[in-house]
Amino acid sequence: MSFFTVDSISLQFGGLKAVDNVSFSVTKGEIFTIIGPNGAGKTSIFNLISRLYDPTSGKLFFEGTDITEVPPHRIAKLGIARTFQNIELFENASMLANLLVGRHCHATTQMWQEMLFLPSVRRAERDHRRKVEEVIEFLDLQAYRDKLIAGLPYGVRKVIEVARALCSEPKLILLDEPSSGLNVEETDDMSFWIRDIRSELGITVLMVEHDMTLVNRVSDRVLALNYGKVLASGTPAEVQAHPDVIAAYLGT
Amino acid sequence: MRFIFKTDYDQDIRILKHSGYWWSYGVLLAVLVAAPSLLGSYLQSQLVFVFIYAIVGVALMILTGFTGQASLGHAAFLAIGAYTAGFMQSIGVPFIVYFPLAAVLTGVVGALVGFPALRLHGIYLVIATIAFAFIVEEVLARWESVTHGNEGMRVRALNLFGQPLPRDSDAFYFLCLLVLVGSVLLALNLLRSPTGRAFVAIRDSETAGKSMGIDLAAYKVKSFAISAAITGMAGVLFAHKMTFISPEMFTLLLSIEFIMVIIIGGAFGVHGAIFGAIFIVMVDPFLTALKDDVPVLVASIADSLGMAPEAAAQLRDKLAKIGSAAGLKGAIYGLIIMMFILFEPYGLYGRWLKVKLFFQLFPLYKRATFKRQKTYVKSERNR
Repeated sequence: MSFFTVDSISLQFGGLKAVDNVSFSVTKGEIFTIIGPNGAGKTSIFNLISRLYDPTSGKLFFEGTDITEVPPHRIAKLGIARTFQNIELFENASMLANLLVGRHCHATTQMWQEMLFLPSVRRAERDHRRKVEEVIEFLDLQAYRDKLIAGLPYGVRKVIEVARALCSEPKLILLDEPSSGLNVEETDDMSFWIRDIRSELGITVLMVEHDMTLVNRVSDRVLALNYGKVLASGTPAEVQAHPDVIAAYLGT
Repeated sequence: MRFIFKTDYDQDIRILKHSGYWWSYGVLLAVLVAAPSLLGSYLQSQLVFVFIYAIVGVALMILTGFTGQASLGHAAFLAIGAYTAGFMQSIGVPFIVYFPLAAVLTGVVGALVGFPALRLHGIYLVIATIAFAFIVEEVLARWESVTHGNEGMRVRALNLFGQPLPRDSDAFYFLCLLVLVGSVLLALNLLRSPTGRAFVAIRDSETAGKSMGIDLAAYKVKSFAISAAITGMAGVLFAHKMTFISPEMFTLLLSIEFIMVIIIGGAFGVHGAIFGAIFIVMVDPFLTALKDDVPVLVASIADSLGMAPEAAAQLRDKLAKIGSAAGLKGAIYGLIIMMFILFEPYGLYGRWLKVKLFFQLFPLYKRATFKRQKTYVKSERNR
């Protein structure tokens, strides 16, 4: 069984087929990118994987287990973390608090223990903090620890979202347009980080991306979608040379 | 200006972040402990009301301020706590048993109210909680064998280990202070641990919270339950302070007062609940005084400006009539809330922080620091 498999999944909103019988599989340790024009169903696939949507048909397998019926809040614990296209950080909290929420799926303490703040809670908090600090170090976010998200620039928020996803110690990370809204320099940094996430942390990356320079630079394999259907898949060069992909982007 | 050099993770975990806090909160606590021997009985009694309102404020802060679930039903939770105390006392259950029992009972009711909250947002949730409050009010009026209906119920003095604690005693004051400090600590402890962070996450982005592994349903219910349980404890103290409880004491207006506590105090920190409680308890005697004094004052000014004495007397009577009109208090409360939301959205605690920052940064303070920014990137949010 492969690491992560999407098996002929479909998602229908009324008469609209947002995702139409899509299948692909991701091997451990690769960077897999989904591309496609606007409305192709890329983010819908992400929402299906993180279980925010229920698929109309088809199945999802992660490390050999069927996750099609798992409730959304269990997904993080299984080892799948994600970021969002339009940044979904907790605006009125500090960056540190945001990253600690990323640790939530590893929380072991009970509420009554937390109310009394027993020594076990304090110990757990220190451990969470230690993990968070590792991520802060990894993504160079030291300057923002106590800053409120609401006051931070877009580029930094984008990185913080990746950091929050990393704090849950995922095996598979879903990045929804990591470079959207970033300038050239920030996009460069992002591409280095994406490669580091794979090579240093050993996390498999599945991402949705429009910026083809970034896609070419980091991805091992690419899947092109249009109108919810798979157009082509393979290496970045193969997919970009595929006549259907060219037609989808440029028209016939 | 103070720069805190951090060398230890515990510095961020601690409630009192640095030695300055030890001083200021130590002094505050000393003043509160000394207060009964310094203040007259009227002010001491007002202070007890501040404590009770502040306990409810802390409870509502957890639910509305941190979890983002608005509630206009907290008067009902207070009522359940108060009536539990009244009834249990009448059948001879000791305080040490019915005090936690009231908390548990109200907590369970709170959890039940929390279930519809899983599907309701914003204004719809507010309406649901108002409906709940009406149901409780009606039950209290009809269930005469327990509550004595609209006649109301006498509550005897609190009896702790055979020691009576009358409503005006110093011991009762200290009990209320203790419960307040306890619930504040409880709220702060929650805030610095996973549960509290999950609450804040739910407030700011449910979708992201879900993907971070937060079980929205469980945490919303937990938030309702804790908030209700704390309010229930306040209800017990309230019953003993009032010595008489009846259904018409726990109306929508009281729930609105509780919401005011956190809006006026500043709905983003536990401090806000305390500031708000002080404001609300103090505003009532202030309004009463205004009602009596303003007509007389205006008439005497008019008189001295050369108005005919009869006309001045007429003016005084007219103003007195307006002052005693039914529903005026609610209108004034509404006006105060609107003013705060428009001009001081971070409440009194926010103002306090601004003043503090002004002095910390002295010549460098800029007004834009607390300016609210609009976020336009809220599209494609899936609840």
